[in-house]
Amino acid sequence: MRVLMFGWEFPPHIAGGLGTACEGIVKGLSYNGVETLFVMPNASGDEDQSATTILNASDVEVRNVSSTVEEFINKVKFFYVDSNIVPYVDPEEYFQAIEKMKAEGLTQTSVGFGQKFKFSGKYGANLMEEVSRYAQVGGTIAMQHIDEFDVIHAHDWLTYLAGIAAKELTGKPLVVHVHATSYDRGDEKHIDTRVLDIETRGMLAADRVVTVSDLTRNIVINKYGIDPAKVVTVHNAVDFSGREDISVERGVKDKVVTFLGRITFQKGPEYFIDAAAKVLKRTKNVRFVMAGSGDMMNRAIKQVARLGISDRFHFTGFLRGADVQKMFALSDVYIMPSVSEPFGISPLEAMRTGVPSIISHQSGAAEILKYALKVDFWDVDALADDIYALVSYPALSEFAAKQGYDEVNELKWNGATAKLKKVYESLL
Amino acid sequence: MKKSVCLYFQVHQPTRLRQYRFFDIGKDSHYYDDFANRTILKRVAQKCYLPMNELLLEAISKSKGKFKVAFSISGSALEQFDRYAPEVLESFRKLAATGKVEFLCETYYHSLASLNAPSEFIHQVEKHKLHIQDTLGVTPVTFRNTELIYSDDIARQVYDLGFKTMLTEGARHIMGWQSPNYVYTAESQPKLRLLLRNYALSDDVAFRFSEKGWNEWPLTAEKFAGWLSDAEGDVVNLFMDYETFGEHQNAESGIFDFMRALPEAVLKAGLDFVTPAQAVRNIKPVASLSVPDPISWADEERDLSAWLGNELQQDAYNKLYSLKEKLAIINSPELWADFGHLQESDHLYYMCTKFFSDGEIHKRFSPYDTPYEAFINYMNVLSDFIIRTNYAEQQI
Repeated sequence: MRVLMFGWEFPPHIAGGLGTACEGIVKGLSYNGVETLFVMPNASGDEDQSATTILNASDVEVRNVSSTVEEFINKVKFFYVDSNIVPYVDPEEYFQAIEKMKAEGLTQTSVGFGQKFKFSGKYGANLMEEVSRYAQVGGTIAMQHIDEFDVIHAHDWLTYLAGIAAKELTGKPLVVHVHATSYDRGDEKHIDTRVLDIETRGMLAADRVVTVSDLTRNIVINKYGIDPAKVVTVHNAVDFSGREDISVERGVKDKVVTFLGRITFQKGPEYFIDAAAKVLKRTKNVRFVMAGSGDMMNRAIKQVARLGISDRFHFTGFLRGADVQKMFALSDVYIMPSVSEPFGISPLEAMRTGVPSIISHQSGAAEILKYALKVDFWDVDALADDIYALVSYPALSEFAAKQGYDEVNELKWNGATAKLKKVYESLL
Repeated sequence: MKKSVCLYFQVHQPTRLRQYRFFDIGKDSHYYDDFANRTILKRVAQKCYLPMNELLLEAISKSKGKFKVAFSISGSALEQFDRYAPEVLESFRKLAATGKVEFLCETYYHSLASLNAPSEFIHQVEKHKLHIQDTLGVTPVTFRNTELIYSDDIARQVYDLGFKTMLTEGARHIMGWQSPNYVYTAESQPKLRLLLRNYALSDDVAFRFSEKGWNEWPLTAEKFAGWLSDAEGDVVNLFMDYETFGEHQNAESGIFDFMRALPEAVLKAGLDFVTPAQAVRNIKPVASLSVPDPISWADEERDLSAWLGNELQQDAYNKLYSLKEKLAIINSPELWADFGHLQESDHLYYMCTKFFSDGEIHKRFSPYDTPYEAFINYMNVLSDFIIRTNYAEQQI
């Protein structure tokens, strides 16, 4: 079994969780005897290729691989865009990009045959242009390697057009993998319809749609109107191999309760703050930390001040790399009160560090984590109650920490990708 | 000698706790979900207790007293009958008046006090005995411990409290090749007689009766009487929750028709009915049983893991019982009453984390979505109770 896989990023240079998941998937597939050709827009050359072969789209000329230019264009429905409004970027980057765009003015996009295109491979302001060019290059790569794969697999909307192009040109079955949907990124009134359109086209064109949770599966079926028979859930896993335990010295004696993630509507920061205020009314030896940045950060700071808990509630700003590990190691309780979370890998990281976690029922991770505490995101009383219990009743926190540690160590990509392999096999 | 059938039904309702947030600690000391307790009790009374008591009363009179049964009713359940459904108490009194129904003694609060709180255990057994005398006018002579929990150590305590007979589970790992259908004695106290639950035949009624996938479905009284008659031994002990009838197995399953037909079918098959006290009077014991580690009738393991299997349960249990010396000094009726209700084994059962094997059944009987919620709610209540206890101690 060989798979042509379209991704957007791959460790070590990653901006989000997608690259990490892709690495886990190709390694797991390799373990299960499935070979992958992994295409990404801009490879750096320092990616770990032990489990896959990485093809760098930036090295590929867009060529006339079909009999005529017309036919090629006909099969690969090019997607011209000249707008720079991009929903997938970090809100801070987005803000910067808009500023930059205003300064530089709009640039015209054109497609040139016989040219290489230097992809940034980021979630930048010209993302839409990159996405459509990626489709052209994707189609080219698929034709060049037509005898080297059985199935096409595309990760998230960024690569769906490349997947569709590859399917149209080679006639091989397409699997699209939904790591997130537009409905998770913001409220319904502010959805970018162009992204929504690409998502829908990808899911409709796909022979199978793989979702990272049943929660996402329901969105795919109910909001995108996809036939339930072709939508399959394969829960995410996490690869902890090579992870070293980090030890930190704690500066405060108080218990530390942490929120770590983008401070956006989707992540439910305000529920965390309200719950913190409730807990602090009852007990003083607790501190709350909100780690991350995002468009709701200023609002969050104001909310904390208004509630009068600033002396016990701390903001760290955006954390990177080792600082994330350090933050987990400093925490006694981890909270993910997401309003809508396709999966949510962070509680798994926390539990791996031995930190008991409270997560919302509105997260995909809640479907598989038995030993995380679960509340509805809006139920601030229940969240406060759980926080209080974890900082006040050692039997509970020790139990949840120990069981949680064992539980997440069992969530291996080898198992998840075995299920993925079955999905491929069902298409041949 | 005729082979006998010994029927015993357990009647218990827990005093469910209300949703007790940590904000309530130190402010509100009413712990119970009165609405849920009343609603559930009234429902079970209508679906099970009242119709089933009526059915048994008829069976006794129709068989001219040949049909006999035994009950154990926890103090917690008796309190709820008194408060929410006095007509149920009345119907139990009618059953007691026939002289064909034996009422057993247990710990008043359906607690686990037998395991490590000897003085509390004695107190609750005496309290239950007196309460049965007061409400039903009979004096219990047979003992059954919470969830049929039994060990050599408990056997000694029970005998010292004046009981000559005790009921427990015919757990496979204790019985080995031996059949539960005989009378045994306790190894630690040879004068104490043991009656052992035949779990296979008991569960045919309690669990499998309405299971359409079961190859013996539908189970008729004649067929079941045939199995009883084929069983080896002196006495077949069918012990089950009374809520089996009309609640776990609903009326539509035909469970009432089955029970209505059973007495005659059993008598026709040449067997007779005995109560536990009669059984040990009529039947000689065949051997003694050694049970060093406690057994129970719960789950596949038949041990204590349903209540004390994880760290959460153990912590809650130890924290609660660590208060008993203080409470003895304070000796306040209100604190004793809450202490008793907090000892109900159900609260610990809800915290069980054996998700996979018996998780389903635990979930079915739990008012909580997860064991964590059960623990958190219980600990919040207990935190308030500890504050009250400490405060009362300072006032002395």
